[in-house]
Amino acid sequence: MADGHDPNGSVAPAVGEVPRRAGLVEFWFYFGESRGAVAGLVVFGLLVAIAILAPLIAPFPPSEQFRDALLVPPPWAGGDRPEFFLGTDPVGRDILSRLIFGARFSLFIGTVVVVVALVGGITIGLIAGYVGGWVEAIIMRLMDILLALPSLLLALVLVTILGPGLENAMIAIAIVLQPHFVRLTRAAVITERRKDYVTATRLIGAGPLRLMLITILPNCMAPLIVQATLSFSNAILDAAALGFLGMGAQPPTPEWGTMLAEAREFILRAWWVVTFPGLAILITVLAINLIGDGLRDALDPKLRRS
Amino acid sequence: MVRLILARLAVLIPTFVGVTIIAFAFIRLLPGDPIQLLSGERVMSPERHAEVMHDLGYDRPLIVQYGSYLGGLVTGDFGSSVVTKRPVLQDFLTLFPATLELSLAAMLIAVTIGIPAGVLAAVKRGSILDQAVMSVALIGYSMPIFWWGLLLIIFFSGYLGWTPVSGRISLVYFFPPVTGFMLIDSLLSGEKGAFASAVSHLILPAIVLGTIPLAVIARQTRSAMLEVLGEDYVRTARAKGLPPLLVVGVHALRNAMVPVVTTIGLQAGYLLAGAILTETIFSWPGIGKWMVDSVFKRDYPVIQGGLVLIAITIMMVNLLVDVLYGLINPRIRHG
Repeated sequence: MADGHDPNGSVAPAVGEVPRRAGLVEFWFYFGESRGAVAGLVVFGLLVAIAILAPLIAPFPPSEQFRDALLVPPPWAGGDRPEFFLGTDPVGRDILSRLIFGARFSLFIGTVVVVVALVGGITIGLIAGYVGGWVEAIIMRLMDILLALPSLLLALVLVTILGPGLENAMIAIAIVLQPHFVRLTRAAVITERRKDYVTATRLIGAGPLRLMLITILPNCMAPLIVQATLSFSNAILDAAALGFLGMGAQPPTPEWGTMLAEAREFILRAWWVVTFPGLAILITVLAINLIGDGLRDALDPKLRRS
Repeated sequence: MVRLILARLAVLIPTFVGVTIIAFAFIRLLPGDPIQLLSGERVMSPERHAEVMHDLGYDRPLIVQYGSYLGGLVTGDFGSSVVTKRPVLQDFLTLFPATLELSLAAMLIAVTIGIPAGVLAAVKRGSILDQAVMSVALIGYSMPIFWWGLLLIIFFSGYLGWTPVSGRISLVYFFPPVTGFMLIDSLLSGEKGAFASAVSHLILPAIVLGTIPLAVIARQTRSAMLEVLGEDYVRTARAKGLPPLLVVGVHALRNAMVPVVTTIGLQAGYLLAGAILTETIFSWPGIGKWMVDSVFKRDYPVIQGGLVLIAITIMMVNLLVDVLYGLINPRIRHG
């Protein structure tokens, strides 16, 4: 128990913990200063709660069709069915329930895509930055190629190869978002690599893996966290766009972009089937971007927006 | 200057080769038989299969195939559509002006609104106006543009009946394309009302495509202006007693524009990606819709050729931006 993991044990971890906690307090101070960021966090928290509790709070199952209630407007806009608060879609499904279940897909897509892109990007970026030489040259040229094409087009082409569907859309989007993480990690590693603390650690005898993952990586996290937040919202937008183009999640999945695609032909007859899924996407993306702005201001004084 | 252009071109070559490798691999990575995909014939006898395979050169080693593919690209052979049998390059060149016109209109909206909005927000920093501009910019930046397009159609085309829902011009007008730009061609045709029709078709798609660049430009202009407004020479200009409009509009804005111009240039790739969605919503006959349609028709040679052509376009735009940037910023030109 004297190895430092016991909170009441040796003094060393306590010393190390003080600046870390102070850093967290400082972070919260700056983050909390931005009202937008806090609002974004609250909305995001609500969305997570909605996604988790979807089966409990949704009035109906997402795919249940009420054949007697096709394209019913919301009750507060002239609809005669008070149980369908946001109206029903062309096959009589409750839009509110579908939106609530849709939150699960969007948050799931964002999380999976960011985790895959982040882990892949950090690994490749660390290797490029740490190893250098021709390995770095090849990796960075590859990333240039991926960045030379518009992300949505590349994702579309990848989905053409892999086949339409939610899983493949997520893989495609993760591949498309990955180069940003590779570039950021590599740039950060290159600046950190030459610093004294890294040399010192190497002299003590730390191996390359330890140097990369434990010594250097934690000091490169700030820009990566900000990029991860931006990628989260980009992933949701791109997945919805692919769904809208018919190449993402397939009907009857209550994914918001797919819902929009199904509703497209009814736009001039039934505004509510189009309006609410898009609004859900906008609110989610907006909340995440607000958090991203706040994170950037709090984590990186250099990037702090005046 | 020539050296700068040549240097930038040299950097682009590996990227170009990489894109061609992706495009080359694309057909071979597709599930199913590439011979059937490329020939567009569903049922084939083994003899016919071997014949087509030989005709397409698929019985040669991969590296030879890639070499001849690259040789074709260099001489302008980007393959032919399985559906229409027309050369991909020809279709691209026919459709590209539509996308270019839409992109330029979108950029025009983004720049003429975004830069003044950003300047105003910076000058009135912390005011309600600043907060309003930045909030709207953040919403614009987070906008799912395919939904935004549908909303505008519901309101302006459906509810108000002001604008048409799709296409580039009303079908009652017919004139030969001269430049490929509908606004110019409709003026040249001399037909009454043709230009107005073209404008009314262009306005909604241009707003939709311009929304995100507008938000990005407004944010970038604001932060660049804030930085410049704090500089000593601006204070000097103010101390000299120059009118505020002159200080902001000339002294500050000129230097703040350098990062903004870069931002504008970087939107080229975005515009082409945005065109995929915008053109699909408004049935705008440009390369974005062309690519989506090809995906649905499984017209793989078009996807393959279009990918390379779009990549070339973006690289050329980026090169142009680099060169322009060198022209306005001597430090880069001589660096």
